[in-house]
Amino acid sequence: MSVGDFEYFCDLIKDRSGIVLSPEKAYLVDNRLAPIARQYEHADVPELLRAIRTSRDEKLLREVTDALTTNESFFFRDKKPFDAFREVMLPHILETRASRRRLRIWCAACSSGQEPYSLAMILKDMGAAFDGWKIEIVATDISHAILDRAKEGVFSQFEVQRGLPAKMLIQNFEKHGDNWGIKPDIKSKIDFRFFNLLDNPRSLGVFDIVFCRNVLIYFDQSTKQTVLESIVSASEKDAFLVLGAAETMIGLTNAYERHPDRQGLYQIQHPKEAAA
Amino acid sequence: MSSKSFLVVDDSKFVRHVACDILNKLGFETEQADDGDTALVACQAQMPDAILLDWNMPRVDGITFMRELRTVPGGTTPTILFCTANNDLEDVQTALMEGADEYIMKPFDEEIMRTKLEEVGLL
Repeated sequence: MSVGDFEYFCDLIKDRSGIVLSPEKAYLVDNRLAPIARQYEHADVPELLRAIRTSRDEKLLREVTDALTTNESFFFRDKKPFDAFREVMLPHILETRASRRRLRIWCAACSSGQEPYSLAMILKDMGAAFDGWKIEIVATDISHAILDRAKEGVFSQFEVQRGLPAKMLIQNFEKHGDNWGIKPDIKSKIDFRFFNLLDNPRSLGVFDIVFCRNVLIYFDQSTKQTVLESIVSASEKDAFLVLGAAETMIGLTNAYERHPDRQGLYQIQHPKEAAA
Repeated sequence: MSSKSFLVVDDSKFVRHVACDILNKLGFETEQADDGDTALVACQAQMPDAILLDWNMPRVDGITFMRELRTVPGGTTPTILFCTANNDLEDVQTALMEGADEYIMKPFDEEIMRTKLEEVGLL
């Protein structure tokens, strides 16, 4: 592909999604876009990129952005953030929101839904502790296709075995042919929405807990800062933020304090001002 | 620190080979048995820390083996992971109710094995 077409395409994707594609990612572009090139009857990916440059067809651009979004996810991924959710975040919420009895959670870049469904299963597992609470789990992603999959809530046998304890499988899933469907009581707890992390999150409301794991790694430094500022603006004054194990806030923002014992867990530094 | 021991019980030589390869790679010592009867003898000689257990085997099946194991001295200590082609919801329920600690549906790979072992605290 020509350097000009590739550079133009990289700029376009960064503007639309924040994802930074460096020249060494050309192989990824080629792999992910080859099926779309065939679908639109282009000879190869370079021809598809030329077509994108000339047509700016919105439907095509959306499909291309979807294809470049990495959608690796599994239930209780990395386990530790979910232990922290149960052992650190929820006890704090129960204590500080005792009178308000309201909890709002945002899974930013939720992919095929395993993360928000895992959180809903933990909340169900806690039983009476949250009786009478209004709990909202808002799960967003930039890919329409992956959001459709997440809403469907049907997973392969392989997917339900990666990280999901057998006890939770029998409590929360039912067999759909060879696959496994999440039960309606868990499915109905999640509000799946399309959202671009580069946009203003005002429409989503304010959250007590934000999961934004393994997302910042795809962005450059200034985009990371923009996204973190957005998350702060959509957070309560003592809200928690969970990042991926390989991600850091160093040099990006001073708004958060890192939890001393829990990797990837941060909390906004004004806990005393939190509304009870 | 010595490695934890795993007994891999399956009538398929191929499955035993694949499972042992993965478990060895993850730092476990492995022994093998091809049915529940042989497995029980092996456990009475030396109780393993954990057992990867097939369901359908000739002579003594996995469920019968597990029931008998739990009655012998020291037989309540091994962590038992069922590993079977039985993949209905009722099968998983039965195995857990009978005392299995985790359940793996075949086919499996290293990633599945690793996450299941983490779940039961063996990794």
